[in-house]
Amino acid sequence: MTAIDPTAHLTAEQIEELGRELDAIRDEVIASRGEKDAAYIRKVISAQRKLELVSRGVLLFSFFPPAWIIGTAGLSVAKIMDNMEIGHNILHGQWDWMRDPKIHSTTWEWDHVSPADQWKHSHNELHHTYTNVIGKDNDLGYGIMRVDEDQKWQPFHLGQPLWNFINACFFEYGIAAYDLELGKNLDKRRRKNPEFRARAKAVGRKIRKQVLKDYVVHPLLSGPSFLPTLAATFTANLVRNLWSHSVIMCGHFPEGVQVFERRSINGETRGQWYLRQMMGSANISGSKAMHFMTGNLSHQIEHHLFPDLPSNRYAEVAVKVRALFEKYELEYVTGPLPKQVYSAWRKVVRLSLPNKKPKVKTPDRERELLAA
Amino acid sequence: MTSTALRSRAWKLLEMVTTPLLPSDYLDLVSPLRAGADLRGRIEAVHPETGDAATIVIRPGRGWRGHTAGQYVRIGVDVDGVRLWRAYSLTSPAKRRDGRVTITVKAIPDGKVSNHLVRSAKPGTLIQLDQATGDFVLPQAKPAKVLFLTAGSGITPVMGMLRDTEFDDVVMVHCAPQPQDVIFRDELHALVADKKLQLTEVHTDTDGMLDIARLDELVPDWAERETWACGPAGLLDAAEEHWSEHGVQERLHTERFRPTIVVAGDGGEVTFSATGKSVDADGATPLLDVGEEAGVLMPSGCRMGICFGCITPLKAGAVRDLRTGEITEAEPGVLIQTCVSAAAGPCDIER
Ligand code: FES
Repeated sequence: MTAIDPTAHLTAEQIEELGRELDAIRDEVIASRGEKDAAYIRKVISAQRKLELVSRGVLLFSFFPPAWIIGTAGLSVAKIMDNMEIGHNILHGQWDWMRDPKIHSTTWEWDHVSPADQWKHSHNELHHTYTNVIGKDNDLGYGIMRVDEDQKWQPFHLGQPLWNFINACFFEYGIAAYDLELGKNLDKRRRKNPEFRARAKAVGRKIRKQVLKDYVVHPLLSGPSFLPTLAATFTANLVRNLWSHSVIMCGHFPEGVQVFERRSINGETRGQWYLRQMMGSANISGSKAMHFMTGNLSHQIEHHLFPDLPSNRYAEVAVKVRALFEKYELEYVTGPLPKQVYSAWRKVVRLSLPNKKPKVKTPDRERELLAA
Repeated sequence: MTSTALRSRAWKLLEMVTTPLLPSDYLDLVSPLRAGADLRGRIEAVHPETGDAATIVIRPGRGWRGHTAGQYVRIGVDVDGVRLWRAYSLTSPAKRRDGRVTITVKAIPDGKVSNHLVRSAKPGTLIQLDQATGDFVLPQAKPAKVLFLTAGSGITPVMGMLRDTEFDDVVMVHCAPQPQDVIFRDELHALVADKKLQLTEVHTDTDGMLDIARLDELVPDWAERETWACGPAGLLDAAEEHWSEHGVQERLHTERFRPTIVVAGDGGEVTFSATGKSVDADGATPLLDVGEEAGVLMPSGCRMGICFGCITPLKAGAVRDLRTGEITEAEPGVLIQTCVSAAAGPCDIER
């Protein structure tokens, strides 16, 4: 939390006007959603399935090193596509308008150990409603890290660079634990709560299926390639986890992103809600391929403003959104992936140590950002 | 182990291979019409019939169980990316040799699906199918004397019957605005020329609406005939009255298209059918609030339209999206976000 509010120059009317302009952008996309968009998601889904099939097929011969490399690379990409451009976005309801029961937020299940419905609750509802509000949005540090000067330091935080690295490697398990609010629920009394137990069971079932598929069934099918296939699936999961963790860290952690106090959202208007999303998110710049592989979460700002618009439209929306940032003299935090990842990690390391009560910052945020 | 048990074991194993998807998700990529798949069909051709009607030739998937002349089928078509379901009568004979079926569609004003099918459907497109259904069919034993009373696209189920069965004595009275609006006109006239059908065309643009009393003059023995009637509600209501007045209502079989038309208004009575509660709602209050106020257990989340945690089936009526003003009408499978939708007329929410 910077002592200087970067939105202080806006009047209440300006903020509501900004909200109306954003609503207009949304309406425009909704009115023009159609056949092309539907064809897009169908094509992506079919490409993902084919890539996965072929990669798993190639891995049947993974005792042969080139086959191992090709199969592992293909499977990694397939898993990333499944989680990012397909799973994340369908589970947001971005494609519900098609009324295709097979591509729908209520029926979709993804290649992930967190069951879709639990993830939808913690992500769609808690994170997207309370974006970057300390104490309400658990995505801020995932409950295990300190990511803002204003959060209280505890000796436990000394290890957070390590926690963050472990979390990155096993990210899907981290998410499952997070969706279960494991930290809070492992408390003796809460553990017995039937609702928690049912959810924990569902996670257990999902983990069993996922592990069985990746580490037993497919290696067994590969026969003599048992071990190489096992290693390949492990690697693909690792790659997918590291990648999605990096992308997601870039969404809200880089320097320049604002966090908000619990009290600040009391009686929040639509315009203020929009403004919080704008100031609480950060983008990744890059090529079309980069946007695709991040599931268009490289357009995190646009995604947070309009979480239910089809992902393939964020790029065009971004141009208009950025113009609004300029018009209202707000900072659009964006940068190439390495820079944003570095910035986020630097913060994690920096905040693992205690800091003095937030110093009143001189308006040197720009220099600070450039340095980041 | 029996072979079915074996097969279900093998299927379970396959499901382990494909989890979290199903084996069918992969099979659909290569063979969407195979046996065991969800029932689909492929459009193979579109033949124009009149200025605003066309016959669609469909190759149904292997799971298609066939139909009886006079029945209809519900099809799911993607129009502008949105899947919409409509019912159309089957116009092909039940045992067409190439296994294809046809529906004949008349474009109605503002009809999203009918206009799409008549004007822009492309051969090769996959559509969703239900099994054929409906009891507007002929009895097992062919009736000796038959009357078909039809108007507009009401001729479609009857055409299915005419193509399927050779009748000994069949009369048809068909209404259409002008001669060129008569669907299947050439084929009907060919039947007349072969003395297989007696046909009276009523051209309503010049002759006016058919007055049911004129039947005495058009088909003097109408009361003795087993009659199948299909067309707009006005015609069918008049026929039903006429037949019961003469005490022969058991000889009349009718088929109604589009039984309910939703009129979108502002607010209305909201029924929560699972709970059995009804309350009046205005056009500005989100249905989520309406339900909670009435003590209905409503799922919710963000309460602002972003989390999709409140979506609920809309079983009847229409709702308005409070953000965009867009109207959504009830159809099977339609879900709405109750936190950003308000009643646009009476509606039924499954909670
Ligand atoms: S409660 Fe979140 S979309 Fe309705």
